Amino acid sequence: MTTTQILNPTAGPTLGGPNGLAAHSHVGGRTVRTSGVASHLHPVASSDVADHPVPTSKSELWKFAPLRRLRGLHADAEFTVGALTATWDAIDGVDVRVVSGAAGRALKGASDYLPTDRVTARLMEYNPDTLLIDVPADSTITEPVVVTIDGADASIAEAAHVLIRLGDHATATVVLKEQGSATVAHLVEILAGDGANLNMATIADWAADTVQLAHHHISVGRDAKVKHSLLTFGGDVVRTAVDVDYRGPGGDLEMLGLYFADAGQYLEHRIFIDHTPPNCRSEVLYKGALQGDHARTAWVGDVLIRAMAEGTDSYEMNRNLLLTDGARADSVPNLEIETGEIIKAAHASATGRYDDDHLFYLQSRGITPEMAKRLVVRGFFHEVLNKVGISSVIDHISDTVERELAISGM
Amino acid sequence: MAKLEISDLHVSVITEDTSKEILCGVNLTIDAGETHAIMGPNGSGKSTLAYSLAGHPKYRVTSGTVLLDGADVLSMTVDQRARAGLFLAMQYPVEIPGVTTSNFLRTAATAVRGQAPGVRQWLKEVKDEMESLQMDPDFAQRSVNEGFSGGEKKRHEILQMSLLKPKIAILDETDSGLDIDALRVVSEGVNRYKAESAAAGEAVGVLLITHYTRILRYIQPDFVHVFVAGQVAESGGSELAEELEADGYVRFTGQAVPA
Repeated sequence: MTTTQILNPTAGPTLGGPNGLAAHSHVGGRTVRTSGVASHLHPVASSDVADHPVPTSKSELWKFAPLRRLRGLHADAEFTVGALTATWDAIDGVDVRVVSGAAGRALKGASDYLPTDRVTARLMEYNPDTLLIDVPADSTITEPVVVTIDGADASIAEAAHVLIRLGDHATATVVLKEQGSATVAHLVEILAGDGANLNMATIADWAADTVQLAHHHISVGRDAKVKHSLLTFGGDVVRTAVDVDYRGPGGDLEMLGLYFADAGQYLEHRIFIDHTPPNCRSEVLYKGALQGDHARTAWVGDVLIRAMAEGTDSYEMNRNLLLTDGARADSVPNLEIETGEIIKAAHASATGRYDDDHLFYLQSRGITPEMAKRLVVRGFFHEVLNKVGISSVIDHISDTVERELAISGM
Repeated sequence: MAKLEISDLHVSVITEDTSKEILCGVNLTIDAGETHAIMGPNGSGKSTLAYSLAGHPKYRVTSGTVLLDGADVLSMTVDQRARAGLFLAMQYPVEIPGVTTSNFLRTAATAVRGQAPGVRQWLKEVKDEMESLQMDPDFAQRSVNEGFSGGEKKRHEILQMSLLKPKIAILDETDSGLDIDALRVVSEGVNRYKAESAAAGEAVGVLLITHYTRILRYIQPDFVHVFVAGQVAESGGSELAEELEADGYVRFTGQAVPA
């Protein structure tokens, strides 16, 4: 059975901005994260909008973003009842539903999340409906849960909240497909119970007029395994921040990312992984390609290994391929290590054009320069895509990559 | 029948602000069915010759000609040279992440043959050649050269030669870094292609570039050329290789260089 539901049908326009509920909610009571050592990599976490001034181009976390193109989402654009819909097919054993009002408010921050920026603090205060994907403890769901989020109007500012909750020892695969026209602030909370195994992929393939500021928060349970893939293709400006916490030792996180920016597009990915418990693993591989004038991407990968996080195994890698002149990719890996008792902490970043040796090798086998470039770009993406492990996503993205390559006549 | 004619070839290597001549007038003719071994000490320009013939952009030909069956090789692009029938087995094959070997091989065969090979016949062809080279069938599904051992990379080069069926094959130190078993397998692959191409009336001409005489026990050369300071210093038969085996390059370089 397929369900399509308009998100936020109950929220009234008057709820935009400061609203009565927020001031008295339990969310408003918690202000600052209490995880101990303060990190210069990470801003203050607080649900109070007033704690988050409007960012400027001088703000460290927003210095790459084209603030003037954000339609005020980062500042005070009023959220209104929108035209976003969510569509999904029912799958036995998984509870997918839209939760509104006070019940929905109770789900905000369910992954033990406090906003680290103004847009997300405003979103939580506004309390949009929550799309809840709930997988009970000890259940194994083999079929991917696919939810399509579809925008229909980029002229209004909207907010959306998704909560993916896996009980202890649950196993599931979740795909979020984002498409259509929207101006949207998005919070995706991911709560993986102890020993849970989640494979989730988000395909952000918005229409060309979409602006999205997204925040994913992943809470990795003890001995849980989470694979998080973020595949960003469409949209005018798409900025996604991903924060990761571990609730206990033995957590295992793999993050994969692919993005392809065309002329005029701005795509940003910003990762913060907070290693506090010992013996957790994080492995990050993000790859992007850019083509056309003013195609821009930014990737920032922050990994903090706190003093108590002994036995941490962390690796992050970002690679960017510039297919034409006029494109620019920023790539900033940061590593802050407060203990030497770790297995590994490494990062790497590379941005460049085609590898001449790759092209020479292929051409020396009779393959034309154009075909050689196409093979190299496909290969560049497939190195990541092959690890995603969800066949429908791999097929979808393969087609998307071919569509992108056709733009530059490849 | 194929013929590769190299005449008075001068080649410089281009770096950011300098240009240094590496090949200083190479003359060499390779006829169909012949195997020429080029031997020389490190730095003598052997590999530069190989890469220049294949058209690597790092090297600039400053004078001389290279003709393949009378056609001007030097005016061809890298891929045109391959389609004209030149093949270079590389000393250090590069890894290309994400491009599966099977996709790569089929794309190359389609380019060189001018049409896509029939799927069933192609799969059998690849399977048979891989078996002959004692390659694990799983290689076809792995990325090109990625995680291959040195020996596996060299087998993969010879596999490509067998599938692309060149008129002239240049083997650039295909023997280096191989243990004796891998050397035998790779040499047998070369000899098999020599025999097959001869039987098909298109006998391949082989330019075998090597630092060591070891591979010549497996692949019998018709001619041996000693390459020193960017030129052919002396040419002869296999007796020249035996002299190099015994005495090294000292007679040609004036200094003791381990063979």
